[in-house]
Amino acid sequence: MKLFRATTRKLAALSFFLASLLIVPSAYAGPFEDALAKLAADSFSDTADAIAEIAASGHVDSEAVISGISDRRVLFDPASKTVYLRDTSGKLKNLATGAAEPKEPEGLKSVRQNNRVRTAVDAALGTLRLISPDPNKRLEAANAVFKSRDADALKLLNAALAKETDPRVKKALGEARAAILIAAPNTSENDRIAAISLIGAKGDQDALALLRSVPADASPSVKAATAAAIATVERSLAFWEVGQNVWYGLSLGSVLLLAAIGLAITFGVMGVINMAHGEMVMIGAYVTFVVQEVIRQHYPALFDYSLAIALPLAFLTAGLVGVLIERGVIRFLYGRPLETLLATWGLSLILQQAVRTVFGPTNREVGAPSWMSGAFELGGLSITYNRLWIIVFSMTVFIALLFVLRYTRFGLEMRAVTQNRRMASSMGIKTSYVDALTFGLGSGIAGIAGVALSQIDNVSPNLGQGYIIDSFLVVVFGGVGNLFGTLIAAFSLGIANKFLEPFAGAVLGKILILVLIIIFIQKKPRGLFALKGRAVEA
Amino acid sequence: MFNIFKKLGVTAGAAALAVSISAAPAAAQETVKVGILHSLSGTMAISETTLKDVMLMLIDEQNKKGGVLGKKLEAVVVDPASNWPLFAEKARELIVKDKVSVVFGCWTSVSRKSVLPVFKELNSILFYPVQYEGEESEKNVFYTGAAPNQQAIPAVDYLAKEYKIQRWVLAGTDYVYPRTTNKILEAYLKSKGVKDEDIMINYTPFGHSDWQTIVASIKKFGTGGKKTAVVSTINGDANVPFYKELANQGVSAKDIPVVAFSVGEEELAGIDTKNLVGHLAAWNYFQSIDTPENKAFIEKWKAFTKNPKRVSNDPMEAHVIGFAMWVKAVEKAGSFEPTKVIEALPGIKAKNLTGGESEMLANHHITKPVFIGEIRADGQFDVVWKTDGLVPGAAWSPYLEGSKDLVADWVKLKCGNYNTKTNKCGS
Repeated sequence: MKLFRATTRKLAALSFFLASLLIVPSAYAGPFEDALAKLAADSFSDTADAIAEIAASGHVDSEAVISGISDRRVLFDPASKTVYLRDTSGKLKNLATGAAEPKEPEGLKSVRQNNRVRTAVDAALGTLRLISPDPNKRLEAANAVFKSRDADALKLLNAALAKETDPRVKKALGEARAAILIAAPNTSENDRIAAISLIGAKGDQDALALLRSVPADASPSVKAATAAAIATVERSLAFWEVGQNVWYGLSLGSVLLLAAIGLAITFGVMGVINMAHGEMVMIGAYVTFVVQEVIRQHYPALFDYSLAIALPLAFLTAGLVGVLIERGVIRFLYGRPLETLLATWGLSLILQQAVRTVFGPTNREVGAPSWMSGAFELGGLSITYNRLWIIVFSMTVFIALLFVLRYTRFGLEMRAVTQNRRMASSMGIKTSYVDALTFGLGSGIAGIAGVALSQIDNVSPNLGQGYIIDSFLVVVFGGVGNLFGTLIAAFSLGIANKFLEPFAGAVLGKILILVLIIIFIQKKPRGLFALKGRAVEA
Repeated sequence: MFNIFKKLGVTAGAAALAVSISAAPAAAQETVKVGILHSLSGTMAISETTLKDVMLMLIDEQNKKGGVLGKKLEAVVVDPASNWPLFAEKARELIVKDKVSVVFGCWTSVSRKSVLPVFKELNSILFYPVQYEGEESEKNVFYTGAAPNQQAIPAVDYLAKEYKIQRWVLAGTDYVYPRTTNKILEAYLKSKGVKDEDIMINYTPFGHSDWQTIVASIKKFGTGGKKTAVVSTINGDANVPFYKELANQGVSAKDIPVVAFSVGEEELAGIDTKNLVGHLAAWNYFQSIDTPENKAFIEKWKAFTKNPKRVSNDPMEAHVIGFAMWVKAVEKAGSFEPTKVIEALPGIKAKNLTGGESEMLANHHITKPVFIGEIRADGQFDVVWKTDGLVPGAAWSPYLEGSKDLVADWVKLKCGNYNTKTNKCGS
């Protein structure tokens, strides 16, 4: 029996040898081909293994295959287990034979990914691209290796480091090497300490995570070096954290300012308790959604300009709705705050339900143009583009509004009417006309606030409700009728909130702010910047 | 002024009465009423409107098959407007005035708690389709959504096993479901040897929109030198700004994965998911699950709503199962009488949409499979893990001090909170 088995094995080996002799020229079953078979197995762990093997195989197609997996361009036939690569132009190639496939076989499935596969792709591409001619790709690769800490990349890393000329890439490569050395078990003590101090100098959160992962059973000198490096990183992070909180506060303040600035006109200047203010913001956000839908369907190239196109339209739509509300409802209720409050609250419910009926109750997707996505690092601060642009935008709106009020004829008439209606009327100003336009202006500004808020919040019928209380808070706190008060109030509330939040938590922080404002209003009922003089009495 | 209103009110009331009287005799003979109690306006409309549509579709479909026990079903839709006390009023209206045989409804736990006394008092049936915090089992309520052991616990196990997670952020909206779920998870994690300093718990108000500080503190927590994950019980509207902030601050699923219990296809429809690829959700159903039942259901759903882009989600499937179970129980009992149907329901089996057969248990919860999905770039989920079979829903968590001795059994013990230590019903 044993003999028989041995002979069959020998025979099998022989026949395999013969067969492989025959096949060699067309398809030698090397590591690359073995790995391809694993890709077709449709299992996440096999795919992850296959990626590492493909990267190590040194095959000419390695990089194309691995980057193809992340773009879902690597396909396989579940029946025949053949693996194909679709290149960026859409042509199909049989990876095992290297031949182009003119006709697409039916039932192809793309290789599926999960986080493990994606991590494997990043690590493999990092290793493969370390010697890429493009310095940006090398930088990306170095960062990928820093994250994957793949000990196999060390040799390549040393080679890349030796001939690197770009200082930025060189630094990243050095850090990646240090990251591997810290984790590797057979690093010499001196190397390890040098690596720790290099990572300590990097000084960011990634460095901290890496340093904290140094095993507890390290030698005393390594431990001391780690502790020292951690302390340095923590000091620098604590310093930047204050700056980060100020930044978050400014950004929250700018959102509050945007939401409140329209109300500063309708409530602050005109004295109308406008509960439908939030719905004007919502209308602006839905205008943005509609504009983006049209652009997506008809002019996709214009997508990056969608917000710029939406701005005037949102201003006009919300402004028009505002004028209609003023003419239709509010003008009959001047001087009767309670009725105004109830009527505008009713209007807000009507507007919400109308939007719900037309657009449906679910959230609508408003995309971010490329210039508003992502973040950049400024020292230890990470600044997100959308927040940066919203701060710039809210300041622009504020300055533009101030300009309109101070230097245009409409602004003059508006101030005249709100300060002394009868006097303005006897000077020949059509007060009802000015009322309607003022309300329209306030609503229109709420509309363009909606365009900006669509970038950070839900576009749903409830969008406005979240901002109405905050808006009133800001206007009352800043002093009714004073635009500068609104500005200062928005930013001080924003910053105070963001400094309280880390200690008190989001829920308690909000309560504390409310309590502080109530106490403040008790002391100064007219807010931060009370109007003085006769205008107050009118 | 007031007199006019009074008069108007009286006439309107009289008119309504006249209409209902004239309509009643004609309808009562051949139809049986099914109540639908989902908010169609207010904050919860975003989630609940879909469930109303699903119920209308299921009832319509059943009628085309000839109804139940030879009678046509008639849907009675009311709008409790996301207002918890109004839920109780509308429930009473459905049972007393419209004389419905069964009610499908509620979403938030607080709305369910609000209608409970009404269903108990009037002895009617409520099918509750949403994943919830557990710690409850009532005679008149059938829970077709997931209990914590059918969603939260398996998700945490998956992360610990697959991602070797050792540090946990439990982030939630500040109300009963996240608080109870997090309490259970915290006790569970500690029982698995996770230390206090490796758990961070964070609550935010409903509709929270400024997530900068919290996302930054999650990032900071992630620098502890151990693999970190976020378990999110953040509910409703707050999710969109949360995920946008995660994407903008560059928190990728490869570094700090987020597993969510309240984010499904419907919630993702409002977000650009390109930067969220790989974040996770745990549910008992995903639209992307490839079974013939699911395919047929999605086709019917898209045709019924006349919208090829409509997505399906987990609570919808719960209603599909719940409705099928109710129909079978009515047929088994041979009557629409709630008392008989309640008795007939435990043990009833109905096909779910993921290829299995769910069973109504004696504790009024059902058996369900658990799936973990990763977010794809197109807003759908790739299932990356599932339980081997169906997991029976547990009403009382074994990890909480107050509930570990309790069992619910409405068949033998006739009790929802039987204490096995004192052998008494009622804790």
